Amino acid sequence: MLDNIQLLFVWAPVINVQIILEGIFLGAVFALSAYGLALVWGVMNIKNLAQGDFVIMGGYISLALSQYNTSIFVILPLVMLIMFFYGFIVYHSMIKRVIDQDMFTSLLATFGLSLLMQQVMNLIWGPEVQIIDLDFPVYDAFDGFVTIPSIKIISLVLAGILSLAIVLFMKKSRIGQAIRATAQDPRAARVLGIDTDKIYAFTFSLNSAICGAAGVFVSVIWVLQPFYGITYSVRSFAIVTAAGLGNLPAVISAGFGIGLFEKYVGAIIGTAYEVAAPVSMLLIVLVFRQISMKKNRQAVK
Amino acid sequence: MIDKFMLGIGASVALTLAGLTTAVSAKVEGDTITLGSSISLTGKYATNGLHTQRGYDYAVDVINSSGGVKVGGKTYKLDVKYYDDESTPARGAQLAERLIQQDGIEFMLGPYSSGMTKAIAPVSEKFGVPMVEAEGASRSLFTQGYKYLFAVLSTSEQYLSTAIELAAQASSDPSSVRVAMAFESDPFSMDVRAGVVDAINKYGMKTIIDDQLPADLSDMSTTLTKVKALKPDILIVSGHSKGAATAARQINEMKVNVPMIAMTHCEAAKVQEKFPKAANGFLCPTQWVETLSKSDPMFGTASDWNTGFKKAHPSYSSVPYQSAQASAAVYVFKEAFEAANSFDQDTVRDAISAVEMETFYGDIKFSDAGNNIAKPMFMRQIDSTGNYSLVESAKDMTFPRNVSY
Repeated sequence: MLDNIQLLFVWAPVINVQIILEGIFLGAVFALSAYGLALVWGVMNIKNLAQGDFVIMGGYISLALSQYNTSIFVILPLVMLIMFFYGFIVYHSMIKRVIDQDMFTSLLATFGLSLLMQQVMNLIWGPEVQIIDLDFPVYDAFDGFVTIPSIKIISLVLAGILSLAIVLFMKKSRIGQAIRATAQDPRAARVLGIDTDKIYAFTFSLNSAICGAAGVFVSVIWVLQPFYGITYSVRSFAIVTAAGLGNLPAVISAGFGIGLFEKYVGAIIGTAYEVAAPVSMLLIVLVFRQISMKKNRQAVK
Repeated sequence: MIDKFMLGIGASVALTLAGLTTAVSAKVEGDTITLGSSISLTGKYATNGLHTQRGYDYAVDVINSSGGVKVGGKTYKLDVKYYDDESTPARGAQLAERLIQQDGIEFMLGPYSSGMTKAIAPVSEKFGVPMVEAEGASRSLFTQGYKYLFAVLSTSEQYLSTAIELAAQASSDPSSVRVAMAFESDPFSMDVRAGVVDAINKYGMKTIIDDQLPADLSDMSTTLTKVKALKPDILIVSGHSKGAATAARQINEMKVNVPMIAMTHCEAAKVQEKFPKAANGFLCPTQWVETLSKSDPMFGTASDWNTGFKKAHPSYSSVPYQSAQASAAVYVFKEAFEAANSFDQDTVRDAISAVEMETFYGDIKFSDAGNNIAKPMFMRQIDSTGNYSLVESAKDMTFPRNVSY
């Protein structure tokens, strides 16, 4: 561990650049799937345990599409469209029925959905690890010490454009306003003529499309396996819990923060602890909040 | 309509009953010896489970068509009763019990993977049922003192220690070799690591990176960043096919230039197809190669077995070693039955433990612990065209790796 710290800050500080870049790329993907989770959680109070499986499913659809030599710029909107419809179907066949039930029903239902999706993906694409290699060039810097595959830059830019589009959509568009109104007070929204059932369906489908986009980035940057969804679910939950619901800038910065934190934990303590990093971060945030909220807490005498 | 439906139910009930009655009296009856196996036909091991099942079935067909098994002057045919364990150990253990208690199976073939074998071995041990397995390589299977468990394959600590041997041969001063290693923290990879560490200590080499990789591994860029900074002489990675796929992808992206790179599961991850540039010069261990110069009277040479198997299953472009070792396990049973000249479980068990034979798969001789100690692990290197060539000593190896990103 001491060796690693020395390596990072004394012997070869230039590798920090690589680690920071990797953290940013990772953070961008996390931020996307976490934002989708926050949306569904905030608007419908559904804690979607299948979030990571939606991401992986998006990845597999992009794998299927990439076999026709399509470019990522075609794959991304197609996957989002397909996943939007998938979300719509899942909402109407399942989520709709658990939305008014208590929390455990929705947790159980989405957990079941997660298992189902894993097994179906396993049946279709098999348990072996799959890779999409789009053969984009790789850039060097600092005498080859730092390498940046252009696909990661493209993914980052696309993710940026996408989140900007979502922010604008939520702020400016009529449906975006209706979603926010429903999140604040569904009853009032209904009184004012908003069809909340349609809004719920749209929100869930939008989340599914966002996950699909994250899945495309996962498939071109890392590897796909039917059972990998859980890691993305865990990270999304950590980010949303730390950042709070309905706070998009916080979700995005928490995404990047956790991405960087993971990479530094990996570099200093070891790659095996990378996945543990977001969970420990969550713990720290929760403990910190407990302490900082203490002064506001009052006992009834 | 309804009549048809009732007929269907009737037929299926009759079939089930028929199945039950024959099942109860399976084992050795008439002129058939029934071996039992719980194998993963669905779930995460489905692909390799199928390779294994095909290996068993191919051997059964070849042995039956060339005269079967001769015991006590009588000729018997072999047959295998399978259950699908769904790749879950608890189910595997249940099915093993069912095979033994309900179906009366007296001899078992192994399941796929070390984890499944670990779940099933206590059951077969409890009932004194000899089990020859072909797919569980974990060293920990052979430290439990099991008496009825035998494995034809090399155990996992031998997987990558050959790479260290090769590095030592290629270097003028083995103690100056600097090793970087990254292993997943699962039982299989930890076994592989133990073997590598033993070899490193033997030559007094220096370990400069020793990273553990997480189970759901899809990113090892931090480890590779360190590798680039510290420039080791050899990089060793083990983490099943996800480890090989991730390593190859990121070695390619980060242009990692280490003179020797060795990893398990290159073939399963298809690294030579996906990343031909980076994979050039990777060293990959394998249990068996079809160019091996070993043979036996039943299957012929390794390449004869390979041709025959491909003919039976034309869908394979290259045959996985999982099928070859599965065939070898069935062959061990044939030899043991004939040597024991009896179907008494303990006599057969002793005959298996005394087996000493050359097969198309390599030599087979079991230690007291039950693992095969006569067959080495083979190392192959990927060349610039994506072909795997056998590396028997350092002079067969392209060193340093000839790679241009």
